[in-house]
Amino acid sequence: MSEAGELTVTLFRFGFLILLWVLVLSTVGALRRDLAVGRRNRVGAPTAREIRRNPELMEEPPPARAAARRLVVTEGPLAGTNLDLAASPILLGRAQEATLVLDDDYASGRHARLFPQGSRWFIEDLGSTNGTYLAGAQLTRALPVEPNVPIRIGKTVIELRP
Amino acid sequence: MSDVLTAPRSRRNVELLLLVLALAVAISASYLAGIDREEAFSEFFWTQGLTLTLMSLFLHIVLRVRAKYADPLILPIVVALNGLGLAMIHRLDLSAMQSNPDFAPVASQQVMWTAVAMGAAAALLILLRDHRLLRRFTYISLIVSAVLLLLPLAPAPIGLEINGARIWISVGIGTFQPGEIAKITLAIFFAGYLSTNRDLILLAGKKIGPLQFPRFRDLAPMAAAWLVSIGVLIFQRDLGSSILFFGLFMVMIYVATSRVSWVLIGLAMIGVGIFVALELFSHVALRFDSWLNAFSPDVYDRVPGGSHQVVQGLFGLANGGLAGTGLGAGRPDLVTYANSDMIIAALGEELGLIGVVAVVMLYVLLVSRGIRAALGTKDGFGKLLACGLSFTIALQCFVVIGGITRLIPLTGLTTPFMSAGGSSLLANWLIVALILLISETARRPAPTTPMKDSFPAAVGVNGKPMKKRTTKVATR
Repeated sequence: MSEAGELTVTLFRFGFLILLWVLVLSTVGALRRDLAVGRRNRVGAPTAREIRRNPELMEEPPPARAAARRLVVTEGPLAGTNLDLAASPILLGRAQEATLVLDDDYASGRHARLFPQGSRWFIEDLGSTNGTYLAGAQLTRALPVEPNVPIRIGKTVIELRP
Repeated sequence: MSDVLTAPRSRRNVELLLLVLALAVAISASYLAGIDREEAFSEFFWTQGLTLTLMSLFLHIVLRVRAKYADPLILPIVVALNGLGLAMIHRLDLSAMQSNPDFAPVASQQVMWTAVAMGAAAALLILLRDHRLLRRFTYISLIVSAVLLLLPLAPAPIGLEINGARIWISVGIGTFQPGEIAKITLAIFFAGYLSTNRDLILLAGKKIGPLQFPRFRDLAPMAAAWLVSIGVLIFQRDLGSSILFFGLFMVMIYVATSRVSWVLIGLAMIGVGIFVALELFSHVALRFDSWLNAFSPDVYDRVPGGSHQVVQGLFGLANGGLAGTGLGAGRPDLVTYANSDMIIAALGEELGLIGVVAVVMLYVLLVSRGIRAALGTKDGFGKLLACGLSFTIALQCFVVIGGITRLIPLTGLTTPFMSAGGSSLLANWLIVALILLISETARRPAPTTPMKDSFPAAVGVNGKPMKKRTTKVATR
């Protein structure tokens, strides 16, 4: 092989090593973008060992839940009404077949439904005109209701009590 | 087991770009391998280049259609490793043919196996679509692994003994190592079993000091894994696979429970296993001796069980030095089994430390992408499976490279994607397809649009039905 040919081959060989590292480094570059994780980048639930090392990681245990036994109307035309809760669902609205007939111009006929599931009560809007508000936020799906949290339907506010 | 979310982006174009780079590495390697012998553009150069290019583009298109959000880095890395391996096997063929004209080249067969393996990976991506289906086959895959591991022990027409290890079976066209496929089925079984029984194993048990020890009966699967590895060691004389199977189980149970006590129990069991094997089996004792006293002349010359192979590999690495002798300019053919067990030594000689570190980096990146997929996916089965499968690749690399550099005793495991041998290549490409599938579920954005017919048709302000808006609804 001629001298010039040998030089080219040597250059090729070093060029190959460079190419190999270009591949490695561009892979790392593409990977770097991937490290920008989404909004929720907290990594899962802490393990028992992590909690032992950093006690502040421990999540607050959920407060002992007192089962709701009564429904109380706190505001609106029916203020003061009491209703004992059984195991059956409760229909709220102006219609006559409702469990609690609301005398409220801003309530729909079949406005909302309270129903027990497990040890909790859930509230679900039944497609009312003016909406149902749980603790000030409009319902878009069935949500659990804790005792003493206000539910507003039109001008009526009801609460569950233990 | 934890979750990490990634901003959902398809990134298939990044994959294409990296794939072009990877193919450039593979093809220029096979060009350089023949450049000194005036046959750079040989028939092999064209078949290797064309096969790799066509098959990897085919896999890329399959991913675009079937698994749009799969990890973009895995395919280029694996194509580069596979191409480097092919080039090195071809280069060793050329040396062998120079000294022995009757030598049958291995590389062309390896190219065929590459095409088969990449085709199998594409078929798996097309047919499976969701890795969670595999969970149904938890116990079936246990039985399949048992059958696969027992097959080589069957009498002569099926089971074959080559070089003292009984791990091959003959299938029509050639030989096959069923143990390579067994590592996938075992990983599926462990993942299915542990994701179902994780809570039980986690909660029951006595606490001694800072460690919580499992109940005695929860140790049963661990004992089974231990027995399988010991059985492989005794009956098949395959130390490497034995280490691989037990390591796989230990990692998966540690990932599932995050209990250090399992690792301690496992290490104790390995200690017992090594002690028993050293006392009972001469070949294990010889392996240890040729590791510890590799450079003593009588160990070097001993037949069988001498340290000739590993010491020649070390000489080769020393000859390579920092930048290597250059592809095609060294003498890696002096090492026995340079194209399968010792391919890293051959690469180390010709590409030098710079090149071999790049190869190790590629493996590290591949394994880290597998573990990233495990972190991202939501289901426990997928997490454990991705973790276990990427760990098999990592452990294989560790055992092989550690053996060649004399960090640990040399054992006969294959270097993933590089060693000559079809079964290993096939099994590893299937592993890659599974990891790609899992990464797809990890990175795919959750559907946020409402389901199609769950709401009545919206009515516009003037009472007329609103113009139907075409919304893209995720069909899966």
